[in-house]
Parts: sequence; C-alpha cells; structure tokens
Amino acid sequence: MRPEKILDVSLSSDRNFQGDNGALRLIIPANERSVRRGLLTIKSGMSNLSLSQEDWSTVELVIAEVLNNIVEHAYSDSESGLIEAHLDYSHDTLQCKVIDTGRSMPNGKLPKGAPKDLTCNIADLPEGGFGWFLIHQLTRDLNYARHSNQNTLSFRLPFASKD
Amino acid sequence: MELNHKDFDNARLVTVCENRIDAVCAIQFKDEMRKLTDEGPRRVVLDMSQVEFLDSSGLGAVVAALKAKKVDQTLELASLQPAVQKVFHLTRMDTVFSIHDNATSAIGDAADAS
Repeated sequence: MRPEKILDVSLSSDRNFQGDNGALRLIIPANERSVRRGLLTIKSGMSNLSLSQEDWSTVELVIAEVLNNIVEHAYSDSESGLIEAHLDYSHDTLQCKVIDTGRSMPNGKLPKGAPKDLTCNIADLPEGGFGWFLIHQLTRDLNYARHSNQNTLSFRLPFASKD
Repeated sequence: MELNHKDFDNARLVTVCENRIDAVCAIQFKDEMRKLTDEGPRRVVLDMSQVEFLDSSGLGAVVAALKAKKVDQTLELASLQPAVQKVFHLTRMDTVFSIHDNATSAIGDAADAS
C-alpha cells in the first residue's frame, strides 16, 4: 500500500495576500490524485477572492486540463516527475504559469485543440482530445516555451463576474 | 467511483454518487457504466445531480458509456450542474446527448411513454 504523502502539496502565499490580490505557488507530484488535491488547495488558497461559481469552475477546469496533460503526456504517467504552478491573481484576472521537466510538446508547439466533428455515428464519436480545445477556448495569452529540458505554459484567465 | 441504480418500468436510473468525474476515476466510471447498460433495460438515465466537476477525461468516459450501450438502447443524462453543463456546451456534446433537467421528469417521461 502506498502511504499517503502529506507533503504532496506545498503552498506559499506570503505576499500580497490581502483583499483581492494573491499569489500561490504549488509543487505537486505528477499524478492524477495529486492534481485533484492540488485543485482543492488552489480553491482554498483563492478563497479570499470570493470568486463566483462560474469563474471558479473555469479556473478549476483549465488548471485540471493543463495539469492532467502534463501527467499523461509530458510524464506519461510515470509518477516520478514534479509539476510547479505559479498563480497570481487579482479581482479581475488570474495569471498562471505551469512548469514541468517532462517531454516536450509534440514538435515543440502548442497543440491546436481544434473542435471535434460530432456529426458522425455514435460509434465514431471522439472520447478524447477535448482538453486542448477547452484550454484554448477559455484562456487568453496562452503561451508555451521549451528551455533546457523544461516546459513552461502560461496563460491568463479573466474573471467574468463577481458575487 | 460509486454508481447506484434503481429500475423502473422500461428505464434504469443510474445515480453518480461522487462529486467529480475526473482523470482519477474516468476509467472506473466507464467500466461500471458498461456493466449497468449491458444488463439494463432499453432506456438508461444517468442522474448527474451530485457531480460538481467534470473534466475532459470525465467527458470522454461519458461518451464512452454512450458508445458502449446496446444498439437498441438509449443513454440519457439528467441534472447537469452548471460546471458540467459548461463542458458539454463548449465541446458541443450537448448536441449529441439527450439531456433532461432532472431525473424525476426523465423517468416520468418513460412512465408516460409506456
């Protein structure tokens, strides 16, 4: 049995953590359970913002897609890698930077994330490939860079509404 | 991943008793659903009222469940929370599935039709 890792998620939020601004830094092992826990940590870390359900659901979905892509593709479920996420947020936007040391994106470029053709028989419906489509749809200023064995993905999420 | 089910006239109501269908449990969801449709009646309604979060892996698993149903069977969805509805809408999967506002009315429709 694998012991629960208590130190899976490290969190520092020592600057600007007042009012509507904040910064979170997370380092998690590259596996799906840690991604799930990391999302909970981000939710509680950003609670000072009082985000609407709508805005939080976008943040949670985009970060989940980005982190799960790294687990599944950059590290291919090897569970040995780490993912580092930097989140800087204010009342109207979240700036996010995610770093890993797994494999490069295919051809060193961001996958396009084209919409899937659904006008087909049920048997031919796609079961995957929605992740990048969602990331492209929901983010602004999406950028990918590969430098010395390190992948950096950055993007911005504008908040639509406040409670 | 816990799925409960209850059988009505001509319809099986499957309730997802988890608040997430994500990368952690997508494969398990898909396998459990296959069992429940394999041995189920012609109409299966999936009550997702407890699901607060669905990612693309979860969406893929729901699509896989649709593809695994028998030819003469229907798989319909009910009670999508806003965050889940959003994923279906953005990917246009809401045009592929029959989606009911709530499970009670979905099963009521089955009773009326029988």
